[in-house]
Amino acid sequence: MANGTLAKDVSYLEYEGKHKGLAGWLLSVDHKRIGLMYLMGIMIFFFVAMTLGVLMRLEMLSPGETIMKPATYNSVFTLHGVIMVFLFIIPAIPAVFGNFMLPIQIGAKDVAFPRLNLFSWYLYMIGAILAIVSLFTGGGAADTGWTFYVPYSIRSAQNVSMTTLAAFVLGFSSIVTGLNFVVTIHRLRAPGMTWFRMPLFVWGLYATSWIQVLATPVIGITLALIMLERFMGIGVFDPALGGDPILYQHLFWIYSHPAVYIMILPAMGVVSEILPTFARKDIFGYKQIAISSLGIALIGYLVWGHHMFVSGMSDTSRIVFSLLTFLVAIPTGVKIFNWVATLYKGSIKFSAPLYYVLGFIFIFSIGGLTGLVLGALATDIHVTDTYFVVAHFHYVMFGGMGIMFFATMHYWFPKLFGKMYNEKIAIIACTVIIVGFNVLYFPFFIMGYMGMPRRYYDYLPQFQGWHILSTIGSWILVSGIVFMFGNLLYALLKGPKAPMNPWGGTTLEWKVPSPPPLENFDEIPVVTGGPYVHDKQTYIMHPGKEGIKANGGTKTVNQEAAL
Amino acid sequence: MSEQIHTGEMTAGQAHAAAHGEAEHSHAGAHAGGHMVGYGTYFMVWLGLVALTAVTVTIAGIQLGSLTLLTAMLIASVKTALVGYHFMHIKYDNKIIKVFILVCLVIFLTFWILTFSDLSFR
Repeated sequence: MANGTLAKDVSYLEYEGKHKGLAGWLLSVDHKRIGLMYLMGIMIFFFVAMTLGVLMRLEMLSPGETIMKPATYNSVFTLHGVIMVFLFIIPAIPAVFGNFMLPIQIGAKDVAFPRLNLFSWYLYMIGAILAIVSLFTGGGAADTGWTFYVPYSIRSAQNVSMTTLAAFVLGFSSIVTGLNFVVTIHRLRAPGMTWFRMPLFVWGLYATSWIQVLATPVIGITLALIMLERFMGIGVFDPALGGDPILYQHLFWIYSHPAVYIMILPAMGVVSEILPTFARKDIFGYKQIAISSLGIALIGYLVWGHHMFVSGMSDTSRIVFSLLTFLVAIPTGVKIFNWVATLYKGSIKFSAPLYYVLGFIFIFSIGGLTGLVLGALATDIHVTDTYFVVAHFHYVMFGGMGIMFFATMHYWFPKLFGKMYNEKIAIIACTVIIVGFNVLYFPFFIMGYMGMPRRYYDYLPQFQGWHILSTIGSWILVSGIVFMFGNLLYALLKGPKAPMNPWGGTTLEWKVPSPPPLENFDEIPVVTGGPYVHDKQTYIMHPGKEGIKANGGTKTVNQEAAL
Repeated sequence: MSEQIHTGEMTAGQAHAAAHGEAEHSHAGAHAGGHMVGYGTYFMVWLGLVALTAVTVTIAGIQLGSLTLLTAMLIASVKTALVGYHFMHIKYDNKIIKVFILVCLVIFLTFWILTFSDLSFR
């Protein structure tokens, strides 16, 4: 407050503390600024990976060489996967919107460890830079696919070591953020905010954070072992040295399958925020949705073997993992049914975020149900390593997390920047995106079922019609995405000022100004009820002014609220 | 970003105090910082660790077939527990920390059992 301006009088965007200008961002420990810095980085990498994806589709427009050589194609799909997974999908919602919204939603001034939070952003950027440097050094970009399967990743002459090092560093960023969120949720909830009064986005982040803390070290160690294999030939994975390549697949998927839930659980949390807001109704089955997040996280730990049904794993394991895989459908189904039930008899307002959510439920249901085809042992053998798998995980990852990232952008944009966007354009862009997405990826299901293998540079002429359709879909999808970001960028520069609560939301972030002040709240609020109650106030924003006794009260806030 | 606050079970008085920036010492904040442990205990634990290492080395020389790995892992687990419990002061920590560690151990054990369900039946 060197310039005499109180932090509560100006927004976090305008506040000037010890450091100004760029340093005011790069050295800021404010969770909101760190969230926006993540947003900047993540958007850049999203566009890079999206461009690589479009180039892949162009290459597949006709059989044989179209725009690139086979070796380039291998590197392009590896980078598309590595960047999308590690630099966009995993960190996007937790690191951007989790950082920004978690402390506000639980009534805190910041996360538990603000400096550690900034450190995790730097780790993310170091990992990202390493990934980019790996493109141009040491024999060229990695060509193993994002899974780095041994023994090829040990023997490849391309720059696999640096790419794995990048993923290793990014993993640490993820662990640190997860740890920070777990401690924040346990220790910094506002008075009266019991576990079952937390917004469901916070529940989603809580489940995700535990996965980040517990599963990410496994991939760190595994990638470190690959480097040791490459440099020292210690023989853990390489069968030529007595190692077991299937052990690598176990270790890789012990992390990477739960990582799918790192991607989707925060997205599901946002669905549970948006639906009650636009249905003007308390969420249906709050406790069930909250606990199903933990259920998905828990069962999600135990299903990694379904990625390895044809790898030579034992029959016993195959049966066990197949059974466990089917169990994930239960908590997921609980969520889907509760979301739909929330809309039932609601006073629905069709706004852009809700359009995205409805698109998400449709697309994610297709992604989830086709997962059952892959989870069943017999049908999995037919479609393993075909375009069917590629279609399935794009429906789940992009259709699930990606579409929800767009929904989240539209839902919290007014709060982040204090500006409103053109809703009509946003809805048109959403429609174009959902149409383009399905035109791009649905043909993958058909091609995969017909036998088109994934990661192949060339293909038989019978697949060309589907490839052309899919490539046209990629153009539609990209047009929609550019249209959407254009609309948001215009709003950022010239949009009208957003009110405090443009959507009629009931959670705490809608009770503070848009954009919020540096420390979020003048006074730490007191919580007296659930997060999605529309017909009465469940927060006391200025407890000091509103008669909550200052000293020595022996009653808990909950009891006080009940009186 | 100075003072940080509270849990969901705080009293209204505490809430007010926290909101006004007074130092907050939560009831769950007790920790092992000041706990004194005698050299004797540490020495005995160290002796135990050395003895268990000797047992590991001895057993490695005996043909136990598929039990070799299991035995080595069991001894290593006991050693880990001794280090964690005494040297890392888990013995004196809050219940919640113990619960967290137990959850991590159960998950690790599950990873291990599921992975070896493949190896053992292959």
